[in-house]
Amino acid sequence: MSAGPKPSSRLVRFLPALLFALFIAGSLLLRFQFGLTAGRRFLEFGGEMIKIVPFAFILIGLFEVWVPKQVVERHLGEQAGLRAHLWAVLLAGTTVGGLYVAFPVAAALQRKGARLAFLFTYIGASGVCRIPMTLFEASFLGIEFTLIRYLVAVPLIVLSSELLGVYLQRRAYRINM
Amino acid sequence: MIFLYIISITALAVSLAASPAKTGRALQVALRRFLKLLPPFLTMLTIVALVLAALPKEVFVRYLGGDNLALTTGAAALLGSLTLMPGFIVFPLSGLLQQQGVPYIVLAAFTTTLMMVGVVTFPVERAYLGTRNTLLRNLISLLIALAVALAIGLYFGELL
Repeated sequence: MSAGPKPSSRLVRFLPALLFALFIAGSLLLRFQFGLTAGRRFLEFGGEMIKIVPFAFILIGLFEVWVPKQVVERHLGEQAGLRAHLWAVLLAGTTVGGLYVAFPVAAALQRKGARLAFLFTYIGASGVCRIPMTLFEASFLGIEFTLIRYLVAVPLIVLSSELLGVYLQRRAYRINM
Repeated sequence: MIFLYIISITALAVSLAASPAKTGRALQVALRRFLKLLPPFLTMLTIVALVLAALPKEVFVRYLGGDNLALTTGAAALLGSLTLMPGFIVFPLSGLLQQQGVPYIVLAAFTTTLMMVGVVTFPVERAYLGTRNTLLRNLISLLIALAVALAIGLYFGELL
């Protein structure tokens, strides 16, 4: 993905979706129930994501153009202390959508000089700590359920991100795109 | 979600007022990054659609309502890893299952893997992290999800 792909390989990357479109077209013709359900799920999910993704990318674009590198480096960079994990968790709390939004955001932060360990904390926490989702969770499963999940998951996410970050940094690894 | 709209549109307006040229550049960046993500994104949606079509709601109710706690928790973690659901579907469903007597430990395994472990988001994640690190991150997330489930099971007295 990092090297510029040839036009032909770009088409290949759309292949699964194209095959799926053919499969759905066939299912419509033959009234194949499984295919029809899959098509409906595709539209449901695609519709849900199309409401989020373009706006998330506009924010990413604005972020890349306006926010100076020094700001990100100071708060999330190499010299930032372990407290930066807290910023990462808080940032994750405001993330919408899910992992598929967290990755482009993490990539944008990395281009501005954020440290890898904090990015993994951000990615992990964006699964567990999103605020709207947390409200949903607490109201349906109870506040205790949510509290225990936070108390166990967040420290483990920070710990594993620190280990993973240090390990990958040593191998001069970078997030793509 | 309305919050996202308000923030992004306000930010865009402020940016436009401050510098149309920079705003244009920001939108170009946004479009370029989006187009790069599009193929793995569509692949992910395809997989999500197929998996969810193969696993209707009744499957969740049946497998999460089993008697053997260890087995059911494992099945919950597996189902949660394999699928992708928005929060506004997952938690009402979990609340319903809980009322039907499904233990908290099972629901914790299900919802936490759902949020942290992504088998269907693999195409998107791989585009950013590469295959090896995607596997590594998901493995770690699975372990964390199981730790969460255990803690919740202990807290609600379902284990001892």
